[in-house]
Amino acid sequence: MGKLFDKLNSDVRFIEGIKACINCGTCTAICPAAEVYNYDPRSIANLVQTRDDSVIEELLRGDSIWYCGECMSCKTRCPRQNAPGMIIQALRKLSIETGLFVESEKGRQQLSLKRMIGESILETGYCVHFDHTSLDMFPEQGPMWQWVRDNREEVLAKVGANYRKHGPGAIREVEKKDLDELHRIFEITGGMDWFDKIEEHSVRKAEEMKKDIGTDKSSTYFKDVYTINNQEKHTRS
Amino acid sequence: MKVEGKRKIWSDYQKDIAYDRFYYVRSCIRQTVWPGAENIYLRILREVLGKEVIESEHHTTCTGIGYHTEVVPFETLQTVVARNFALMQDAGFENYNPSCVTSFGIYTEILDTWHHFPEEKQKTRDYLKKATGREFEEPKNLAHTSDVIYKFRNEISEKSKYTLINKVTGEPLKVVDHIGCHYAKMFPAKGVGGAEYPHVLAGLVEAWGGEVIDYPERRHCCGFGFRQYLVQANRGYSISASKKKFESMESFKPDFILTNCPGCNFFMDRWQYALAEMEGKTYDENGNGIPVLTYEELAGLVLGFDPWVIGLQMHQVDVEPLLVKMGIDYDPNQKFKGINGKDLGLPESPNNLNFIK
Repeated sequence: MGKLFDKLNSDVRFIEGIKACINCGTCTAICPAAEVYNYDPRSIANLVQTRDDSVIEELLRGDSIWYCGECMSCKTRCPRQNAPGMIIQALRKLSIETGLFVESEKGRQQLSLKRMIGESILETGYCVHFDHTSLDMFPEQGPMWQWVRDNREEVLAKVGANYRKHGPGAIREVEKKDLDELHRIFEITGGMDWFDKIEEHSVRKAEEMKKDIGTDKSSTYFKDVYTINNQEKHTRS
Repeated sequence: MKVEGKRKIWSDYQKDIAYDRFYYVRSCIRQTVWPGAENIYLRILREVLGKEVIESEHHTTCTGIGYHTEVVPFETLQTVVARNFALMQDAGFENYNPSCVTSFGIYTEILDTWHHFPEEKQKTRDYLKKATGREFEEPKNLAHTSDVIYKFRNEISEKSKYTLINKVTGEPLKVVDHIGCHYAKMFPAKGVGGAEYPHVLAGLVEAWGGEVIDYPERRHCCGFGFRQYLVQANRGYSISASKKKFESMESFKPDFILTNCPGCNFFMDRWQYALAEMEGKTYDENGNGIPVLTYEELAGLVLGFDPWVIGLQMHQVDVEPLLVKMGIDYDPNQKFKGINGKDLGLPESPNNLNFIK
């Protein structure tokens, strides 16, 4: 038993996620990711059961652990109550802790997610916020959404939201003292360390790739990890 | 004997849903994209059903989207959730009522984790105390907002102004439902009908006069997949999953799609627009797309609330064909007006998707 396996096995999601796999492949049959990516959750369950650190390290460096959408359809269908989606959660955690996530194209996307979702939590109190939903980043929202954004004060008031105001209500301004509590929770529980790890390893990788990483969403590295998709490699033909 | 057996099986798929005194928490996606739906839910509970429901301005996201995109560790997630529980306790409430299906899944996962791994709960208690000085208890009842509408579906029916009967043909409207994966796929016993017999939305359709269509890909994911939509490079995953569902439901000619998850509602609506623009294809016969409604929006329509106060103008796929079928008395001229009738101009039209201005 290796050190990487020991770490995996200390994660309650891993303990819950794999008990006795019978290799039936039901998870792969039901998996939305397996329909579009070169992805096979059955083989992930097999590989972690080898308890072989070199095999686990290969997973942590690769793209495959980032293909899962965490819909957890596999948990419903597994005849042995395993959940490959939860094995994936434990593997991703370990990939971030070891910094190996930057060694794969899909893993490097963590930088964009940290700067979009992670920072939004601490700035607004919510993972996703109205102000961050421009059509530049999300063009499929369509011209109606552009109209809503252009007329936000009027439209949001009409539907009963409390946009950027104090007190309860949709899209309200979360008070500073509440954001401060969130911030302290992130500091004490390892959330800030997690953010720092994603940034530090991404900076190292950006230097290696000779790309500007900056501190916001305008850098070359951010734009590349947000948009580049090596389709030939990732998808089923 | 046979009937008793079936009844016994069905009882495994029921859940306990509180009757009153709800502690409401908002959804990151629903409050952003469908804020009118959240508002109308609260109005239905308070004004129509006479329930007591409170919202603390101090609550926050559960961080579930951050957790499922691996930017928030499990320990942080548990502690933020514990803080929200502590706020409920401070308010003197015990029935936790989240608007978001991802959040609902997060709460079920955490409560299950605390049950099987009490040391995780103790660790969370210590973290919360250290970070905020707060203490928490688990909720007595956890019900998604769609559970609550389901519980009171017959009361809503009794007070309804409209039904799900096509006013022109006299036939029941055909409805395809789509239930968010994290409602019951992870913990089937926590959802009405579990993962196998999804009934939380079908029950509404049946109670309000419509016909539920059991299409082949009814249980397939909408394709959110968290990082698979949020990162632009991965969106092929997301749109492919929605397309698979549209293709599966197309031959049944549904009058509308009904959802209980704010993200699913977004993808069912927006990916129809994107597919029309990319491929020139819509999944109805008239080039309009299939209208997509949340359960709160549908309840609001049935009860006679103004469609533009419910927020249906924020959908990219027009809902007007459905309003006409239901015989709803609405003012089309108010769709693009602000408060007090202020003219806000018109949005641009999509290239391929019909759009009513």
